[in-house]
Amino acid sequence: MMKPITVTLTINNIATTLEVSPTKRLSDVLRNQLNISGTKVGCDAGDCGACSVLIDGEVSCACLVPVAQVNGARIDTVDGLAGNGTLSQLQQSFLHHGAAQCGVCTPGMLMSATALLDTNPTPTQSEVEDALGGVLCRCTGYRKIIDAVVNTHSFTGDKLAPEAGSSIGASIQHLDGIPKVNGALAFGADTFPTDTLFVHVIRSTHHHAEFTITDSDAFINSHEGLELFLSAKDIPGRNCFGVIPPFADQPVFASATTRFRGEAIAAIVGTAKALEHINEESLPVQWSALPHSLVPEEATTDNSILLHETRAGNILVEGFVERGNTKTALEQASFTVTTHTSTPFIEHAYIEPEAGYCVRKGDRIEIHGCTQAAHMDRDSLAEIMNLPLESIRIMPSACGGGFGSKLDLSFQPYVALAAWILNKPVAVNYTRGDSMRSTTKRHPSSIQLTVGCDANGMLSGFDFTGTFNTGAYASWGPTVANRVPVHASGPYHTPNYRARSVAVHTNTPPSGAFRGFGVPQSAVAQETAFDQLADLAGIDRLDFRIRNALRNKQPTVTGQIFNTGVGIVECLQKLQPIWESANKKARAFNSNPTPSHLRKGVGIGTCWYGCGNTSLPNPSTIRIGITANGTVILHQGAIDIGQGSNTVITQITADALGIPVHSIQLVDSDTDLTPDCGKTSASRQTYVTGMAAKLAAEALRAALLRMGNVSSDARINISGSIIELHDNATQASINLSQLEVNQFGYAIMAEETYNPPVTALDESGQGHPYALYGYGAQLMELTVDTQLGTIKLDHVTAAHDVGKAINPMLVEAQIEGGIAQGIGLALMEEYIPGKTENLHDYLIPTIGDMPIFNNIIVEVEDAEGPYGAKGLGEHVLIPTAPAILNAIRDATGAIVSDLPATPHKVLAAIKR
Amino acid sequence: MTKFAQPTTTDEALALLANDKWSMVAGGTDFYPALGNSTPKDNVLDLSQLNTLRTIFEDETHWHIGALATWTDVINANLPPAFDALKLAAREVGSVQIQNRGTVAGNLCNASPAADGMPALLCLDTIVRVSSVNGIRDIALTDFVIGNRQTTLGATELVIDLLIPKDSTTGQSHFLKLGARKYLVISIAMVATRLSIDSTQNVVDAALAVGSCSVVAHRLPELEQALIGQPFNAKLSQLVQPHHLSALAPIDDVRATAEYRLDAAAELLKRSIDLLPGRS
Repeated sequence: MMKPITVTLTINNIATTLEVSPTKRLSDVLRNQLNISGTKVGCDAGDCGACSVLIDGEVSCACLVPVAQVNGARIDTVDGLAGNGTLSQLQQSFLHHGAAQCGVCTPGMLMSATALLDTNPTPTQSEVEDALGGVLCRCTGYRKIIDAVVNTHSFTGDKLAPEAGSSIGASIQHLDGIPKVNGALAFGADTFPTDTLFVHVIRSTHHHAEFTITDSDAFINSHEGLELFLSAKDIPGRNCFGVIPPFADQPVFASATTRFRGEAIAAIVGTAKALEHINEESLPVQWSALPHSLVPEEATTDNSILLHETRAGNILVEGFVERGNTKTALEQASFTVTTHTSTPFIEHAYIEPEAGYCVRKGDRIEIHGCTQAAHMDRDSLAEIMNLPLESIRIMPSACGGGFGSKLDLSFQPYVALAAWILNKPVAVNYTRGDSMRSTTKRHPSSIQLTVGCDANGMLSGFDFTGTFNTGAYASWGPTVANRVPVHASGPYHTPNYRARSVAVHTNTPPSGAFRGFGVPQSAVAQETAFDQLADLAGIDRLDFRIRNALRNKQPTVTGQIFNTGVGIVECLQKLQPIWESANKKARAFNSNPTPSHLRKGVGIGTCWYGCGNTSLPNPSTIRIGITANGTVILHQGAIDIGQGSNTVITQITADALGIPVHSIQLVDSDTDLTPDCGKTSASRQTYVTGMAAKLAAEALRAALLRMGNVSSDARINISGSIIELHDNATQASINLSQLEVNQFGYAIMAEETYNPPVTALDESGQGHPYALYGYGAQLMELTVDTQLGTIKLDHVTAAHDVGKAINPMLVEAQIEGGIAQGIGLALMEEYIPGKTENLHDYLIPTIGDMPIFNNIIVEVEDAEGPYGAKGLGEHVLIPTAPAILNAIRDATGAIVSDLPATPHKVLAAIKR
Repeated sequence: MTKFAQPTTTDEALALLANDKWSMVAGGTDFYPALGNSTPKDNVLDLSQLNTLRTIFEDETHWHIGALATWTDVINANLPPAFDALKLAAREVGSVQIQNRGTVAGNLCNASPAADGMPALLCLDTIVRVSSVNGIRDIALTDFVIGNRQTTLGATELVIDLLIPKDSTTGQSHFLKLGARKYLVISIAMVATRLSIDSTQNVVDAALAVGSCSVVAHRLPELEQALIGQPFNAKLSQLVQPHHLSALAPIDDVRATAEYRLDAAAELLKRSIDLLPGRS
């Protein structure tokens, strides 16, 4: 503890004097002492730049600055960027370009850009990259951020405001965008009650260990400010959770044995100050390490210790899809290729670590914080807390990136338990280390693939075996195991097909959902094998794909037939001219490279991806009401984690109802206020919730037209409490103030549910797992340094079939962000428990690692999706890594089969 | 209760150091990451107000980089081309945010094997000037950083200045850093090269150093000797031979294998020579 000092800071032009511990980080003082929370904290180590502020005009990470050093200084934060409430030109440019997705890196980006623009109002792209290189973004792919900054000086302030009926297809700004650029948006850690207590979760430092909790009462009593010790015995309900109820196996607190490093075994609750001074070594826990398995090979020997007694061989689940006769087909194939590929754990690395708080109100608890799945959280917590569903309210904060990991419970049970027992507000704010050690990861994969074709290059057989390290608990392991065999063919007509997957438990963090549920891993295997096979058959690699691409009326590997909407051929054809010119360019360069150690290469990857849950119900329900004073309110429960459901669902609603999109007010996810729209995952929100919105808006429209007795093409004009209806023949009006309001406070209301029509898969994996698929193809042009093994990505052309682009700007934003994550998977990301548990050892792409993007939106309308729309969120990541690997091989002949393709692996492959 | 002090003069700082144990913080860019999410357990001596130490200047015999000079200060300073390597290194330290606060001297005191400043400062024959109540010591950089996170700075001593002899500021210099991404990256390998060329286009002085390939960055005296006297032309870089790197002892880690590091270091050395301006 240190004696406080008095400092005076001039923050956003307001001088403030305060007593503070001198070595407190400036970020901590701003956020927690002064409640100026626009500045975000992502790592507390200078690795992410989210906390960037200006100190006397110079951009700095506020997390690295002792407050004593800035006594007397001028501090500028995002909260002050909009002088007098008017957004700055830069902030408006961010909105216009869609540069803020989840918004959590945005304050750091804006402050870094402000520092640049103050001295250089017309920067070049590379100057912007140098200035913003210290801020990580996990959503955008950076392109739109660069565009926003480069174009700030010339930005005119135009804002699209489509009229009734013309909202779909318009690149309107994020409807929830303003709070993302002015610092007002509240993330999980931004609105803790002033007197809140905090939880500190005690975690295993061993991969596998027995433990005993010694005298916890004595520990609490001997530390001033500590109020509660929590462990397994304090859980009123079931000490078990999991996103797929039949497989639920993860304890809130481990009992006696921990199964992975980072697993929670207990928690202490107290004031922030008391917790600050707890010495980890003094905690009342005794550990005894046990042997562990970190990879499936170790976990599946005869002597391997079972992680879960009921799961023989440490096998959680297996997936299987078979069609035709693969063995014979491969025997008779003219050409075959066998490959083995592997990928490591991938960390989601959203910039916002998990955070939230809980307040008990009588017999109810309210949980605020970041999540991707409010209703699932509620259902799980009800079991843990032994409370009825109605007693739990989930009030999602803004979510600073999720990508699948925030579908699972993380912080919620700890704050819920503590707040319930103490009847006081209790908060938790995960450190970067907590987040990386304890939350789910992308499954490491090890895939054996044999694929064959006939003399004409037509695919004949495809035999796939994938082993997935599913970590210590089930999480989404079953989903990965089921999705992979359905998707491993890629978007190709594959008559003889056999795909097996197995999810194996190890003593590692649970592998869960991460953008693509295992399909990015299987696409690496399939797409890289296709390049080798096309070369063997002597067929152009794009032509090979077009020949084999799935077409309407051809069965998928699960025997499903789509009569319309299969858009992969169109995507591949869009790449054709670029493929030809890029290959020509690369060949010309390689014939006389300068400098001589460089080689250029071109590669393609493709994807298909089923939208929604695999063969399972996943309904969404949308409520739209009109108040007595004429306000149209959309209850939109699809959690917007930056991808834009708040905007897209409103656009669909607007056109289906027939009113301007900007006239709709939004109520977003809250289990008390919004019906269940399911989880934000499986690329399902635009499609499934979009359909629910379309149905609800159409029902509401039909009700209005019926009341006015006008025809179906009537125009609706809402003016205060009067709704005017005009068709060619008639004019009618509805006086809302004369109608009785319902229990929700609406004069008129509609609520509709949509659930995708799917069927179960039989023993051979045959059936209709999804009602629709989206498709895509990407072409990567890159340069390999053949002496250092480094890769420079030059251009990426991404053609994605989205059926109908509800908001083209948001489609592009998804494409660019997905590609950025694909780049990370291909070139740099590798989570190793105990080793890369921070953002300087675990590398994600920076603003300087992006190629030039060329996005091609393909619209092959789907018969099922709203206005023909298909999902997109996960598709965009899938083709990138294989396209990169194929381009590396094209450039050098080197086959890198063990990701990531870091320089030393690429160089070793070149030398082979 | 731990203590905090924020001296405004060097004498005041030295007196504090003489009388108690302190951890020192200057730019904070290594201090806080090392602290993790705990609070300081030791007394903290904040050097940030020692304003006289935040200067970069020359006298008759030396260039001086004051102990509080930041990477941004180096980038903005008007320095001879021999410092280009240091400036290039400065631009690759973390990010602008880190460069604005992190100090060059702090980078040396932190003594990471991957310290971005080391190769260039080794090529400049940098002398670390440390002070205590007992007086001033000048320590060659090679004797200052002696291991992974190890320096010869005494507990009561303070680095006050980095001195670069003007004899070592001749010629052109270059720096190359290799990492798995563009910004915010810890290097896999890095090199600095400084060559002086005479009027006949021959190398008269050579300084080359490699970082991240041993616990402490190394100069390569054998390579330097091999280059001296040779014509400064396109063939010069071909003189780099594997045995010149024999003093290095790289490790295998998540970033790269040891074998790769040696290959990469040799290649980077060649390129840094090739990239120097004025080649015939």
